[in-house]
Amino acid sequence: MSKQSPKISNFIFNKNVQGVFYQAITLSLVILGIYYIVQNTAQNMVARGLASGFNFLGVESQFDIQMTLIEYSPTSTYFDAFIVGLLNTLLVAGIGILFATIIGFAFGIMRLSSNWLVAKIAESYIEIIRNIPLLLQIFFWYFAVLRALPKPKQSIEFMDSIFLNNRGLFVPDPNLGEGSSILFYLFWLSVIISIGIFVWSKKRQNKTGKTFPAFFTSMALIVGTFTLTLTALGFPISFEYPELKGFNFKGGMKLIPELVALTFALAMYTAAFIAEVVRAGIQSVSKGQTEAARSVGLKEGLVLRLIIIPQALRVIVPPLTNQYLNLTKNSSLAAAIAYPDLVLVFAGTALMQTGQAIEIIGMVMGVYLFLSLFTSVVMNLFNRYMKVGER
Amino acid sequence: MTNALNEIKPPVIELGIIGWLRKNLFSTWYNTILTILGIYLLYSILPPLFNWIFFDANFVGSSKDECTKDGACWIFIKQNLKLIFYGLYPTEELWRINTAYVMLLIAGIYLLIPNLKNKGWVGAFLLIPFPIICVYLFSGGAGLTNVETRLWGGLFLTLVIAGVGIVLSLPIGVLLALGRRSKLPIVSLLSTIFIEIWRGVPLITVLFMASNMFPLFMPEGVNFDKLIRALIGVMFFSAAYLAEVVRGGLQAMPKGQYEASQAAGLTYWKMMALVILPQSLKMVIPAIIGSFIAIFKDTTLVLIIGLFDFLGIIQFVGTNPDWLGFSHEGYVFAAAVFWIFCFGMSRYSQNLEKKLDTGQ
Repeated sequence: MSKQSPKISNFIFNKNVQGVFYQAITLSLVILGIYYIVQNTAQNMVARGLASGFNFLGVESQFDIQMTLIEYSPTSTYFDAFIVGLLNTLLVAGIGILFATIIGFAFGIMRLSSNWLVAKIAESYIEIIRNIPLLLQIFFWYFAVLRALPKPKQSIEFMDSIFLNNRGLFVPDPNLGEGSSILFYLFWLSVIISIGIFVWSKKRQNKTGKTFPAFFTSMALIVGTFTLTLTALGFPISFEYPELKGFNFKGGMKLIPELVALTFALAMYTAAFIAEVVRAGIQSVSKGQTEAARSVGLKEGLVLRLIIIPQALRVIVPPLTNQYLNLTKNSSLAAAIAYPDLVLVFAGTALMQTGQAIEIIGMVMGVYLFLSLFTSVVMNLFNRYMKVGER
Repeated sequence: MTNALNEIKPPVIELGIIGWLRKNLFSTWYNTILTILGIYLLYSILPPLFNWIFFDANFVGSSKDECTKDGACWIFIKQNLKLIFYGLYPTEELWRINTAYVMLLIAGIYLLIPNLKNKGWVGAFLLIPFPIICVYLFSGGAGLTNVETRLWGGLFLTLVIAGVGIVLSLPIGVLLALGRRSKLPIVSLLSTIFIEIWRGVPLITVLFMASNMFPLFMPEGVNFDKLIRALIGVMFFSAAYLAEVVRGGLQAMPKGQYEASQAAGLTYWKMMALVILPQSLKMVIPAIIGSFIAIFKDTTLVLIIGLFDFLGIIQFVGTNPDWLGFSHEGYVFAAAVFWIFCFGMSRYSQNLEKKLDTGQ
């Protein structure tokens, strides 16, 4: 045997060398794969006469959208359609998150109730809703409930101002008169001052131990400022009520049935998951914490506010944001009942018209990807911040 | 002595049913109010629901006109049962699907019965030869007539998509998880990017991509079937979620296990296959089943790209002019079937969790 063979085997079986070798293979396979796909795509696009690039965004869209939060008409551009879809998605997600949180916390707390019946009702709700596909629930609320509602003339009324029928949900529309902008400025000013009061009182408590009723002071400040200015300006905010005229309602704010069904289903579905998150969070605080807090003489309310909730929240918040993100992603199911969200408007109608699948699906995926990555960055910061207090 | 031990029984009021009621339903005044509200709620929901589903429902007959009672018209489901379960699959070929069901059922029952031997082999049969047999049975070739995938539908299609998603995504997920945990920077970076992209977007956009973009990726002339495109999308999507679950298990492994197997001279792949993965996968079985439930529920989305899965076919038969106005029955039936599958799986995973809890 020559003297060189041990050196060669050393070289071959060296971990670093193997590592570089495997990585080089992986990387070249991935690059080859991407090259292959790009090559094919380019050929296919030429063969099918498809355009590429983002020039289409400035072109007239020539389709109308049923519900828009900004000015939009068939003469608007594809980019406007993109914004309309994005805003509609964010609208559904926002309302959905609000209601899902309220319902979810309620059921999560109910599930831990000492009352057997209440706990069982909450448990059944969670187990039923969690195990049925969301799309089926959306269909149920949309096709079986909202579409089956009576016609406008036989609407379900609530306090003579909210009407529910098969055309949608009609609610009073706030009418902002002259001077209402002053009202809003003063409102925000009082909110900022209240935050200042909170910061100051916390600092003072840390230094001197004296407490200050920051919550009640700021509530009084905000409500007081609002009512006083409202009266002083002579009630510039009025409401336009929906009225039955002919076969449909006129005036007021109309929420289309698709929006109502989608929000409802999303909120109910996500609430079941949030309820489990909340339950796990509350249960994660050990009983010793409550007992210790009581034994140092804290009142029940303070035990909850100072000991249990802060520790439970540390466990609850990360999975809770995850649920919010899921709700936002699930709002894309809107496409199935024709609520004009980002997916339906852009990845549906716009894609059909332009045929530019790569750009359009890339943009839509980019939006959701941005939301997820943004959330996870915020969550990492939150976790780092929350960890500081630990030993 | 004996007299001193004369026990005093607790008052009747704290024992038995009365005691239980007092403790659990009427312990304080607000609990009493809550209980009464709860009973009222159940009273206003359950009796009408049960009447609609069972007592006032129509079970006998073969057409819509025979639905004379107020309750649900289950004849609608009964008459469309073949469509709902098998889609447009040719009637004379249904035995092929049923054979697969029977095989699955026998293997499943065998796995569920405790204390039987060779469970590993049955599990392996389900994971590798069984899917191959299924592909042959379902699509045909060599002796069997071809059945195009556009005829597949109903619960059958749902099970096919969920099954493929589950069986194929697990190995990919394990590889991705190993890749992400790898010390090689490029492998780890690529796996992380892959996982985060699929996890960051909704399944619908993945399906839109599968149906609109995959054809562009392939060389001219190569045309994938719509079902296969959807399957690839579902597979990658669920692989990314499973990868994160598996990674959780890998991270929970004590460092000593890695060090011990390296000290014993195992190579990386042997260490993973023989020491690390068996233990860490066992730890995350409940979470894996949780992902399976999610995949199963998510398969309903394929109806958006035009496949007639279980929910899609129920939507479809509801639009049949002969059977208009029975959407409630369809949705309730679909919900019940999905619920039984998902709830069954989640209960099974809870049992498994207790059984596998060897106390680390």
